[in-house]
Amino acid sequence: MIERTPILNILTHLILISGLVIILIPIWLAFVAATQTLQAVNSAPVEFWPGDQLWVNLREAWALSDFGPKFINTLIVATGVVVGKITLACITAFAIVFFNFRGRMVIFWMIFITLMLPLEVRIVPTYAVAANALSPFQTILDATGLSGLIATLSGVEVRLEWNLLNSYTGLILPLVATATGTFLYRQFFLTIPDDLVEAARMDGAGPLRFLWDVLIPLSRTNIAALATIMFVYAWNQYLWPLLIITDRANYGMVVVQLSDLVPDQLTTGGGTPTWHLAMAATLVVMLPPIAVVILMQRWFVRGLINTDK
Amino acid sequence: MAEIRIRNLAKTYGKTTIMQGIDLQIAHGEFVVILGPSGCGKSSLLRMIAGLEEISEGLVEIGGTVVNALEPRERGCAMVFQNYALYPHMTVAENIGYALKVARIPKAERMARIRATAESVGLGDFLDRRPGQLSGGQRQRVAMARAIIREPKVFLFDEPLSNLDAKLRLQMRQEIRKIHNRIGATSVFVTHDQHEGMTLADRLVVMNKGTIEQIGTPAEIYERPQSLYVAGFIGSPPMNILPGQVSTARRGVLLEDGTLLPILSQLDAGDGAMVHVGFRPEQAELVEPGRGAFDARLDMIEEMGAARLCHLLFEDIPVSVLTEGRPALATGAPVGIRLTQEALHLFDANSGHRIELRRIDTRLVEMQPSA
Ligand SMILES: Nc1ncnc2c1ncn2[C@@H]1O[C@H](COP(=O)(O)OP(=O)(O)O)[C@@H](O)[C@H]1O
Ligand SMILES: [Mg+2]
Repeated sequence: MIERTPILNILTHLILISGLVIILIPIWLAFVAATQTLQAVNSAPVEFWPGDQLWVNLREAWALSDFGPKFINTLIVATGVVVGKITLACITAFAIVFFNFRGRMVIFWMIFITLMLPLEVRIVPTYAVAANALSPFQTILDATGLSGLIATLSGVEVRLEWNLLNSYTGLILPLVATATGTFLYRQFFLTIPDDLVEAARMDGAGPLRFLWDVLIPLSRTNIAALATIMFVYAWNQYLWPLLIITDRANYGMVVVQLSDLVPDQLTTGGGTPTWHLAMAATLVVMLPPIAVVILMQRWFVRGLINTDK
Repeated sequence: MAEIRIRNLAKTYGKTTIMQGIDLQIAHGEFVVILGPSGCGKSSLLRMIAGLEEISEGLVEIGGTVVNALEPRERGCAMVFQNYALYPHMTVAENIGYALKVARIPKAERMARIRATAESVGLGDFLDRRPGQLSGGQRQRVAMARAIIREPKVFLFDEPLSNLDAKLRLQMRQEIRKIHNRIGATSVFVTHDQHEGMTLADRLVVMNKGTIEQIGTPAEIYERPQSLYVAGFIGSPPMNILPGQVSTARRGVLLEDGTLLPILSQLDAGDGAMVHVGFRPEQAELVEPGRGAFDARLDMIEEMGAARLCHLLFEDIPVSVLTEGRPALATGAPVGIRLTQEALHLFDANSGHRIELRRIDTRLVEMQPSA
C-alpha cells in the first residue's frame, strides 16, 4: 500500500508500536527479574521496575553455570555450523545450478525435502547415526552379505564404528545437513545471467575460478544473511546437545546450562526457584546472537530482499 | 593467420534441429556479418564458433585447427555480448583485465595493458568505476576493451549495439569498424539490423530458419538477391513482389491483370512457369497512367524527409515507389509505374530461387505498355 493519509499513518504506527510492546514486555520482565533479590522475585505482585542486584546476580549466575568454557564451546559449535553450512550450501547450489548432470533435479528435490524434516522430527535416527556414523554402511554390508563374505575370506569380522556422541563434530554435523542454505543459494544463483557465466568462460575462467571470483563476491549479502540465521539457530540449540552430550563438563552448551538454573523436579531435584539467576543468565546468553544480528543486519536485510544486481 | 572454416555444421536440441548444412569460410582479417531475423540461429552459430555451445554435427576450424573439442579459452576468440555481461562487482580496470589475471600475467604488465586498452577506447578516466556507475555506451566500451585486451585471433559480436540508442549505435558502429581495421583480427558480427550489416560488412551472410540463404558482399546481395527471401529481407523499404506467369511467345511475364511485362533478356524458365517479379521502390518511377509498365492506384504517401514513399495498390497487392518529387495525387488516383530492365528480378514461385536474366542487350531499355 502506498496510500498516505494522516489517519492511516497513525493507525499503522499504532499497530507497529503495539507489536513492539508485545515483543518487549517479556524481555523487560526478564531484565527486571534479573535485577531482584531472591525474595523480591518470588513475591507477588510481579515487580515492574528494576532493582539493584543485577551485577550480583550476573556474577552468581555466571559462576553457577560455569559459563566461561560453555560460551567457548557454544561459540565453536555456532561458528562451525555457520562455516559448514555456508560452504555446503554454496557448493551444492553451485553444482545444481551451473552443471548439467544426470539426476540433477532428483538430487535437488531430495535436498529440498530435508527442509520438511527438521532435526527434531528425525531426532531418533539422527541419534542412531551420531552414535555410530558408519552404521548405515555397516547395514549395507550386512544386508548385501558382504561382511559375511569378508569374515569367511579373511577371518576378520567387519565392525565399522565412528562415535560422534560427546564431540564438537557430533554437535555440528547434523545442524549443517539441512537444505535452507542450499535453497537460498540456488535462488540467488538462478538470477545470475547466462551471459555472465559465458563471459567468464571466454575470459578463460574455469568453474572454480568463476565460483571464487564472481559468484562468491556477488553473494556476499546472501552469505551474511545465512550466517546470521545459522548462528542464531545454532546458538539456541537445546534438544540436540541435551541428547548427545553426556559429558557436560567438557562439551556443555550455554542454552542447556540455562535449564539447570530453572528449578524442576527432574534435572535439579526441585529446590528454591532462583528465577533471578535464571533471568540474569538468560540476559548474558542473549548477547552474542544480538551482537551478530546488529553487526550483520545492514548486510542481511539486503540479502533477503534483493540480490544487489 | 586466423581464417575460419565451417563445414556442414548442424545444431540439434534433443530432437529438434535448429540449424543444418552451414558451410562458411571467413578469410583472415575479414569482417563478416551474419544477418537474419530473430530466432534464425545467428547466436547459436556464433556460440558454436566460440565454444560456448556444443557442435552437434560438422566441423569448425580456426587457423587451420579443428576446434570442435576445444574449450572457449583455447580457441583464441573474444566475444562481446548483447547485454555487455560485465562483472558487476569489479571495477572497469578489473573487468578489462580479468582475462589477463586468469592467465596469470604479472601485475605490472597487466596494469600497463589495461591502461593502454582503456585509453584506446576512451575509458582512461573511468578505470576505478563500477559498471553500475557507467552509461550504456561506456559499458559497451568496457565490453569491447575486455575483448581487445586479449589480442584474440577472432572477434565475435552478438548484437552488441542493440541496447544503445540510435545515435550512439551509429557512433559505436564506426568505432567497431575502426578497431577492426586497426587490429586486423577476423571479426564475425551477428545482427538482425540490415543497416548495421550493410555498413559494417566486408561480406554478409544472410540466414533464414537455420540455413544460409546467401553469402556475398553487401552490394552483391542488394543487387542480385539469390532468393525471394533475401530479396524481401534486404533493402528498406522492402522490394515489391508481384506474382506472374512466363509467356515465352510474348517474351515477358503476364501479371495478374493481364498486363505484359516484357523481359528483354534470355529467360531460363519454361512457358507458363509461375514466377514472382521483384523491383525495388527506389528503382521505379511514377508516371502518367498508361505510360509506365503497369498501372496502380495511390493508397497513401509517406513523408520521409529526403523523399516520399508512395504506397500504391496493384490488384490489391501493395506496391511502393520512392520518389524525390512531391506527387500531387489524391487517394485512389491511377498512376503508371515505369521500370527499367535492370530493376527487374525474377524468382521461381515454387522454390523461391532467383531466375537469372542473362541480358542480351545491356543498354537501358525502357518498357512500353503492350496491350
Ligand atoms: N537451449 C535451447 N534449447 C532449445 N532450443 C533453443 C535453445 N537455444 C536456442 N534455441 C532455439 O534455437 C533457435 C535459434 O536461436 P538463436 O540462435 O538464439 O537465434 P537468434 O540469435 O538468431 O535470434 C531459436 O528458435 C531458439 O528457440
Ligand atoms: Mg541472438
